[in-house]
Order: sequence, then structure tokens, then C-alpha cells
Amino acid sequence: MTAETTELKPESLDEVVIRFAGDSGDGMQLTGDRFTDVSAVFGNDLATQPNFPAEIRAPAGTIAGVSSFQVHISDHEILTPGDAPNVLVAMNPAALKANIGELIPGGTLLVNSDSFEDRNLTKAGYDANPLEDGSLAAFRVIQVPMTALTLESTKELGVKPRDAERSKNLFALGLVSWMYTRPTDTTTEWIEQKFAKRELVKAANLAAFKAGYNFGETAELFDHAYSVAPAQLPPGRYRNITGNIALSYGLIAAAQQAKLPLAYASYPITPASDILHELASHKNFGVRTLQAEDEIAAVSIAIGASFTGHLGCTATSGPGVDLKSEGMGLAVSLELPLILVDVQRGGPSTGLPTKTEQSDLLLAMFGRHGEAPLPVIAARSPSHCFDTALEAARIALKYRTPVILLSDGYLANGAEPWLLPDIDALPDISVPFATELNHTRDDGTKEFWPYLRDPETLARPWAIPGTPGLMHRIGGIEKQDGSGNINYDPENHEFMVRLRAQKIAGIAHDIPSVEVDDPSGKAKVLVVGWGSTYGSIQQGARQARESGVEVAHAHLMHLNPFPANLGDVLGKYERVLVPEMNLGQLVRLIRGDFLVDAVSLTKIQGVPFRAAEIEQAIREMAK
Amino acid sequence: MSDADTEPAGTVVKLGKKDFQSDQEVRWCPGCGDYSILSAMQLFLPEIGVKPENMVFVSGIGCAARFPYYMNVYGMHGIHGRAPALATGVALARPDLDVWVISGDGDALSIGGNHLIHALRRNVNMKIIMFNNQIYGLTKGQYSPTSEVGKVTKSSPFGSLDTPFNPVSLALGVEATFVARTHDMDRNHMIEMFRRAHAHQGTAFVELYQNCNVFNDAAFEGITGKEVRAEMLIDLKHGEPIRFGAEGQHGVILNEFGECEIAEVADVGEERLLVHDEHREDPTLAFALSRIADRPTVPTPVGVFRDVSRPTYEAEVQRQLVLSAERQGPPDLGALLGSGATWEVA
Repeated sequence: MTAETTELKPESLDEVVIRFAGDSGDGMQLTGDRFTDVSAVFGNDLATQPNFPAEIRAPAGTIAGVSSFQVHISDHEILTPGDAPNVLVAMNPAALKANIGELIPGGTLLVNSDSFEDRNLTKAGYDANPLEDGSLAAFRVIQVPMTALTLESTKELGVKPRDAERSKNLFALGLVSWMYTRPTDTTTEWIEQKFAKRELVKAANLAAFKAGYNFGETAELFDHAYSVAPAQLPPGRYRNITGNIALSYGLIAAAQQAKLPLAYASYPITPASDILHELASHKNFGVRTLQAEDEIAAVSIAIGASFTGHLGCTATSGPGVDLKSEGMGLAVSLELPLILVDVQRGGPSTGLPTKTEQSDLLLAMFGRHGEAPLPVIAARSPSHCFDTALEAARIALKYRTPVILLSDGYLANGAEPWLLPDIDALPDISVPFATELNHTRDDGTKEFWPYLRDPETLARPWAIPGTPGLMHRIGGIEKQDGSGNINYDPENHEFMVRLRAQKIAGIAHDIPSVEVDDPSGKAKVLVVGWGSTYGSIQQGARQARESGVEVAHAHLMHLNPFPANLGDVLGKYERVLVPEMNLGQLVRLIRGDFLVDAVSLTKIQGVPFRAAEIEQAIREMAK
Repeated sequence: MSDADTEPAGTVVKLGKKDFQSDQEVRWCPGCGDYSILSAMQLFLPEIGVKPENMVFVSGIGCAARFPYYMNVYGMHGIHGRAPALATGVALARPDLDVWVISGDGDALSIGGNHLIHALRRNVNMKIIMFNNQIYGLTKGQYSPTSEVGKVTKSSPFGSLDTPFNPVSLALGVEATFVARTHDMDRNHMIEMFRRAHAHQGTAFVELYQNCNVFNDAAFEGITGKEVRAEMLIDLKHGEPIRFGAEGQHGVILNEFGECEIAEVADVGEERLLVHDEHREDPTLAFALSRIADRPTVPTPVGVFRDVSRPTYEAEVQRQLVLSAERQGPPDLGALLGSGATWEVA
């Protein structure tokens, strides 16, 4: 990146990590989103990591108010948004201060020099102007008066200066687009569509974007541009997708593949609300969405809908899972299909609402009173949220059980290219409703038993209201197996507790074996992960292998029950490392279930592991 | 659930009380008011012409919540306070079903208060029958959100300090479209209120005074007893001047502040009596009526306080589904997944 050629031909890079950082009012998420989309359409592989404050408008100019968006683009397959940026765009002093520590030495720092005045420097806690005191000597600093240039570019349009200034993020986008030779048409089309009804705003944004792009071309600050060629991904049609959108599509697809209407009730909560927004806009798929009065109502409404033969679903984050616990216990007792999506965030309590964490695994496993087992699965990447939604629905329907699907803030908002699935190849996950009387009394007459189970799956019949003759009552009180009648007998209760556990445990035979990535077959160290650490672990393992350390990686999608071969896999390796964004939750389950001396690697900072951190831990363990 | 239940669809079956009785033994305390309510419901349901398989009874927790087990319909005994939410899911998904919620004063007004008020404002098509016995029965005798101040119970040995709810006032205050009150000593009046509630499109709320003969016996005897009823119950009738008493000698008038007062008809003249209008859009008069009695020891209005028309929630949901299908076209999963910018990798 620091090559000193003066040729106009763009220098070719195999990958670059760019971080856009500014005040939360500066539009950095939008800027990052746009750059990502352009790069996706261009054909790069990519991964993104948005990072924003919990406050809608934290005090302007302060460190607390800094919002950033990191995007990693490459000409080859990548797995993470990048450990550290090569390029930092800092729109104000606070953004610089909050992010400069992570810019790699020699990296490019692009700053809006207009914002480096006394007031902003003080708010950011700078005693001296870092652009002048030599503290940035390790970087290639490019100062651009973005505010002034934006105002200049829009002054002919009759836009108020305050409104014009708000377009400076598009100036920055234009400039970075030139630096990395991005095509401009995707962005200009987007601006034209987005602001179609607001002529002045559209004109100002277009002008600022073009001004930024042209500035790169003409200013002598840059000796040349860079290019990152399209990646050689498997052939097919791609789009860029975030975890929450993929999850929403997955639920819609699951309902279609189940031939059932989707009933979705939820209460707004960060970072899960986008799922409600997305589903609410696709009512033509027969999706019924309801914004409930609270988390408890949301799960209850979903249960009520499931009772009548819909695919009942609710999504939330940790605090909402706490509130839904009683409802989940009811669903366990009723043995009705239900999907609960937990988009995990930093806890406890309100915790870090906009930051990612994996600290709800044990909550999902055990967070209900009584013996109330249910299947738990986790998505490992943004697009994998689509597959897990289908799998959650498949299990819920086939076994008539609530399922918890774990996502997290990083997956929810992070984006990656997605090879669009073949719709016709999606599995049929439909199950039949009961329509016939199923039990013969001693006197030879027939009746309906709501808890007479399928001998293989142990699932009970699903007889929906409106079915003649199958009227029955279900409830949270312990019931007799078969008839479903209230039953308080001691032996019956133990039988039912064991039966419900057996039903869930049996799902292990109906899920894929865990695959192990062990290219040489000589690894002694196995890294076991789950959820969104997939990319970091894969990349960390690759880096370790490149430095000569053999390592294997197994990533769990099914956390309850575990894949049937997990014990065998664990037994094949001398040492087991379990990285998690919590204090060590999966590691407890593994140690407890398999008596393996697994070692925990933890990080609880609201941001994903860096590949280098995983690599380091692998090398330590391999010594 | 006998063979006889499986008549082919479309067959007109003359139903009777026993068609709504399940095979489960009723286990309320002997003498409980719940028996007469169950009987009234089972007597009433045959007349509406809805087959048992198209009915869903949902309940929460409490003595009243056992009700669905005794009904030969689809039923769900849920969790404490959540019956209105569970039933909302049923009605949202299946507007074709006849949905009833059976609740109690603790279930509906204490632990489930939030669900009740939101169900009422949302106007989901379901009928909420709230048994009010002013006590917690299933947990063996603690004061409830409708117990009077000073009530001595196991959990309030020196008397309850909590101001009770007036359930009818509460329902009127949260935009309910149908609000009524009845009591377990008058089968015909109960049935009439069930009938009216069922005929209403939207959420119907019926407060039903119910005697708990074990933990709060005779709480309503001072107004519902046969010998005092005429003097103590104010029977609301739409379009008629509000009067009561053996000879109709008492009446209800509005005072200068817009509050309801009880007066002697002979003193004020019949023309001053308030004429009951249950269809009045503005709930102010209905609310004023609900304030006549703050405890069941003074003359108390029963009957329909309010019955106004508003679109049901699920009808509006259906409307949006249809509208969305018109605007966005038939569902096309492939088009949805490939929406936005896509690119081809060869």
C-alpha cells in the first residue's frame, strides 16, 4: 500500500480492510453499507462489522458518540471483517482517537481536516491537534477539508449549508470509491432511488459523491489508486446479505417449505428488531406479524398461533429471553412447534445492547424451571442464518417442540456475499395434522389421544382446532402420556420428565455429524467453536497452518442435542480449545458431557475475536 | 370425543348441553360459584350454532382457569395471566374460530394486567369472561386486586392496604368496545351477557361476580341475594331510563359535574333520569355509570355498559394481507431472495 510508484495504473491488492469512523450523526453506517454493496456487486468477497453506540444521538463530537463500519474486501475467499484496518477514514477527532489504535502501522489515515478545530479536539480529549503534533507519524496521513469541499460542491444547488454539510459522508464515499477504483453507477443509482422524492437532497448527495470521486482523481494527495479484483467464489448468483435479513428470509422460506402460514410476534429490542421490520414488509407471503405489548405476550401469541396450525415464531435478545422463559416452558409441556430466535448481545441486564456476545448459550440450554429440555442451534455466519432458520423449523415441526435459534449482534448486522440457494432444492419440512381418532377404548369405541406418540420421533399428534371430533385440552399441568389428562401420580411425572428428555436427545440421530476441518489429518489440537466465531476460528486456524502448526476445527451448529459423533471427534485429539465470547459456556457442556479436558479461550469485549488471537492460542496449545 | 362427534362437515347437528361437557370430573370445591357459570355456558353454547370443533377456550392460572378442561371443545390451559395473549395468537392465526378466554381477578388484573388492557384496545375478536371473587382461591386465600381496602386475609393480617380496581371502569378506560357485568346467582342474566358478548365483533369483556364459598363467602350476597336483588342491582337496558327497586322507585341521574347519582324518581321526576345508551362512542357516561358502586355492598349496575363498533384486529390483519398480495403480487421466494443488487460468478 505504501508503494511509491507514480504510474496512473491502479496498484493491485489482494485484500484491504477499510474502517469508516465518524460521529453517530455522520452517516458512517450508510457510507459503509454503500461501499460494501458496490464491492459485492463488483464481485469481491467481503465481510463487514458495524459498530455503533446504543444511544441514537450520543453527544456530538465525543468518543461515546463514535460510530464505525469496517469492511474487508478481497480477491479470494475471506472469513472475517479483518483484524485491523489498513485504511481508516476519520470524520472527526473523536473518531480518530477511538480508532487510531487499531490502524496497522503504515496504514492510510484519511481525515476530514475541517473538523479538527479546538472545540472538537477538546470534546475528544486531545490537548494538542494530532494532525500537527507528530503523533501520527507512523501512518500515511491524508488530510482533506471534506466539509468545505462538500459545501463548495453543493453551493449552486440552493441547499441550506446545514443540509449540504450532511452530505460530507458521500464525499468521503466518493473519495474512497476512487481510491479503490469502485464503479460509481451502483452508488449513483442508489442515491437517485433513495432520494427520488427529495430533489434537493438527491442533488446534494450526488454532487458530494462526484466531488469526492473527482477530488481523488485530480488532487495530488494521491499518487495512484488501488484495485482489488473480484474473488473467485463458487459459481452462481450472489447477493450481499446481513444475518437479520437472512434469518427473516429463512423464516419465510421455512413456512413455505412447511406449507404453513408464518405467525411472528415480537417486541422491539436491539439487535433483533430488524427481523420484525423485514417480516412485516412481506405480508404477501401470508406472514402475520404482530408487535406485542411485551416479550411475554410475544411468545404467548406465537404459542397460540402454533396451537392452531401456524408456524409460530418470536425473536428477541437476552433480556427478552429471560421474560419468555415461562412461555418456553409452557411450549415444552404443550409439545407444540415454536421457534425462538435469540440475537445475543452483551449482558447482564441491559449490558451492551449494540455489541455482540455469546453469553446466552447456557440460558438457552437451561433457562427454564423444571426439567425443560429443548433443541438449541446456532448460526455461524450472516448467510448461515437462512439455513439455521429452516433447520430450526424442521426440528420444531417434526418433533413438536420449541427450538431456540442463537444468532448474535455481529451476525445480525454483519454482511457477506451469499450464493443464492436453489429454491427447488430446499427441503420439504411439512408435517401432517392429525385428522383421525387414534385410540380404542376397552369397549371398542374410539377417541382422540393428544399425547399418543409417534414411536420413532416420540412426537405427539398435532390436531388443530376446526378438526371435527379431535377436540382436546392441553395445558401446562403434568399430564398422562397418551390421553393427555391431568395426572399428578409420582411415577407418571418421572415417566413424562424422562420421556420429554428422551424425545429431545433422540434428535441427535436426525442431524448431520459434525464435520472436522483437518486438512493434513495430523493435527493434535482441535478447536471447537459455535456461532459467530466461525470466521475468526477458520482464519486463525489457516494462519496457524501457514506457520506450520497443524490444527483441526469443528464448528457446532447443533448445540442440543450435540451431533452423535461429537464424542468420537473429541476423543481423536490430544488437546481441545474452545474459544467463546463469554466466560466459557460451551466448554462446560463439553467437559461435562464428554469428560474431556477442554481448554477455554474467552473474550468478552463486545467485538469478535481477531483471527490473530485464535492463531496465538492455537500456537500456544500446540507447543 | 366419541364417534358421534365425527359427523361429516356440513351436517346440521342439533347440539345440546352435553355436547359441550368433557369426560373430565369437575374438581371445584363443592358449592363454588364456578359450577353455575360452567352450567350456564354449556346451556348457552348450543344456541349459537357453532360446532364444538370450531371453538377454542383459553385460560391462564387459577380456579377459573380449569374451566377449559370441562368443555368438550379445543382448549388451552396456559400460564398465569397470559390467556389474552395466547388467545390473541389463536384469533390472529384463525379468524374462523370462536375464541373465549376464561380468567379471574388475579389472573386478568394482577399478573396479566398488561395483556388484558392491550387485548381490549386491540379489539381482537375474543370473549373474555373474568370471574371476580375478590380473592385468590387456588393459592388458598390472599387478597386480590379487587379485594376491598382493609380486607383481612392470610397475606394481610392487619388488613389490605391496596386500593382495588373497578374492573368495568378499567376496561372502559382502555378503549374496550364491549363491557358488561353479571353474576353467578342469575343464570338467565349470565346467558344473556354471554349472548351479547358473543354477538359483539371484537374483544368483549364480561366481569362476572362469582362466589368463593371457601375463602370469601358471600362477598356479593348483599347485592345478588334473591331478596335484595331488586333494590341492589341496577339492570342497565339500552334506550331506557335507568331505574331500579321493586317498584322502579329509584333511578340514576347526572349531577352538575357529570357524575352519576342515585335519586328517588318521585323526587326528581322521570324526565331527569339518565337514559342508557350502550352504543355511545364516548365512554364518559358509561364510565360515570361504572363509578356508582365502588364495592358490592351498594346499588350496583349490571348488564351491558358499552357496546360500540370498531374493526376487529384480525379483520384488519386480513385486509393488509389481501392489500399486500395485490400490491406486491403473489409470493415468489426466488425473487425475494434475489432482491436488491445481485451478481453472477461464472
